Amino acid sequence: MMQLKCPWCGVRDEPEFVCGGTTQIARPDVACSDQEWGEYLFFRENPKGVHRERWRHAYGCGQWFNIVRSTLTHEIIAVYGMQERPP
Amino acid sequence: MRDTKQKYSVWTLLQGAASRHRQWTPAWRDAQPKPAYDVIIVGGGGHGLATAYYLAKNHGLTNVAVLERGWIGGGNTGRNTTIVRSNYLYPESARLYDFSLKLYENLSQALNFNIMLSQRGLIVLAHSRHDLESMSRWANAMRMNGVDADLLTREQVRHLAPALDMSSNARYPILGGLTQARAGTARHDAVAWGYARGASALGVDIVQNCEVRGFIEEAGAIVGVDTSLGRVRAGKVGIAAAGHSSVLAKLAGFKLPVTSYALQAMVSEPVKPMLNAVVLSAAIGSYISQSDKGEMVIGGGLDLFPSYAQRGSFSVMQDTLAGTLALFPSFSRLPLLRQWAGIVDVVRDSSPIIGRTPLKNLYINCGWGTGGFKAIPVGGWTFAHLLATGKDHELAEPFQLDRFNTGRLIDEAAGAGIAH
Repeated sequence: MMQLKCPWCGVRDEPEFVCGGTTQIARPDVACSDQEWGEYLFFRENPKGVHRERWRHAYGCGQWFNIVRSTLTHEIIAVYGMQERPP
Repeated sequence: MRDTKQKYSVWTLLQGAASRHRQWTPAWRDAQPKPAYDVIIVGGGGHGLATAYYLAKNHGLTNVAVLERGWIGGGNTGRNTTIVRSNYLYPESARLYDFSLKLYENLSQALNFNIMLSQRGLIVLAHSRHDLESMSRWANAMRMNGVDADLLTREQVRHLAPALDMSSNARYPILGGLTQARAGTARHDAVAWGYARGASALGVDIVQNCEVRGFIEEAGAIVGVDTSLGRVRAGKVGIAAAGHSSVLAKLAGFKLPVTSYALQAMVSEPVKPMLNAVVLSAAIGSYISQSDKGEMVIGGGLDLFPSYAQRGSFSVMQDTLAGTLALFPSFSRLPLLRQWAGIVDVVRDSSPIIGRTPLKNLYINCGWGTGGFKAIPVGGWTFAHLLATGKDHELAEPFQLDRFNTGRLIDEAAGAGIAH
């Protein structure tokens, strides 16, 4: 089981959190093509290794935050805020 | 080379008894890659091996190789809960999965290999009036699609699975259920080996410990693969790599609407027969059956974060087991023997992708998510049709990659019967 470090509550166990998937995906303009809109909604890198993703401390403060995590080892490499650039 | 085309029968078994079983030869031929093939299948799981078998059997294409990074059937084919069923909601899915179940029903004979299909029936439990209502809709949809389905009363559920907690103060009260009597289990390793043996006997090369590390592209078309055993050229390349589909797609230079998650399962120590059905509860997110060896096989929900780690979180295991014990209190003394996870390729509408990729001569069969095992025969059948003829099989037509751009999704997220 992973332990995540919520920027507001500190280190907590994985079941307190909900993963929101790949983070900081830029939404295209509404006038974009079906191709671009489909890409935005569904198509993901899904990397084996380092992944930037968003989590919510659902059973805690309820806040969203970003992490950099390895999908292969589950190691959490960095935690950063929703508005921040990845380290 | 020793003959690997031995036919299995009662007669050969008796011959074996007379010869102290010295006559048996390997079931299939472990090959090294040749410089070129007509078709290369990347991934030696159930879907890849079935594709190779049907390429040879249905289309006469035998200059085919299956390249497997590890050993055949060592990925999700060896990690699932062996359940086969076709209780889907939409006509497109019902056609697809019921065709698969029908192939399973004759697979032991077709492959001359006992896949130990046991159509013991699947029971989906209803824990509320709302469950009962959605189940009647589900059963009606299945019947309209020509798939067998029956609603069960509480008493019928009790009769079919007496170990369930049917008491009035049960944590998850059981009001009834939905059953598909033709559903059941099949021996997963036998399915992989049966297809491998069938394909190998028809001339297909099965290459293990051969990792695909890149695709060779010439003039905008894929003409082969770079592997850990060198370059292999091919007329067409088909990817059947489940949870690792995105990794291969990235090597080829395109993206998929797939996220890889760990899906875990576990077995208890073996006990005497006590559960003669597959029991599934969407509320709990677990499904339970008893293997032929006597182990209770328990499947859980997804670990809901992207993972390639092939191991599940303890918290998900705990939830799964807590729910299972609430359904079957008598299991509380059973020690667990093993727990594991497979990496499944989940797409947003929980329906597969069997079709072309943005690259010429490169095809993909993926997106089966948490339910790939039941679909092995039809996945192989339709993918082989596409690779051999260049045209979509009519069953696979709705399941194309472009549906994520056109919006023509086939949303089986609820129809799959479990809240993945």
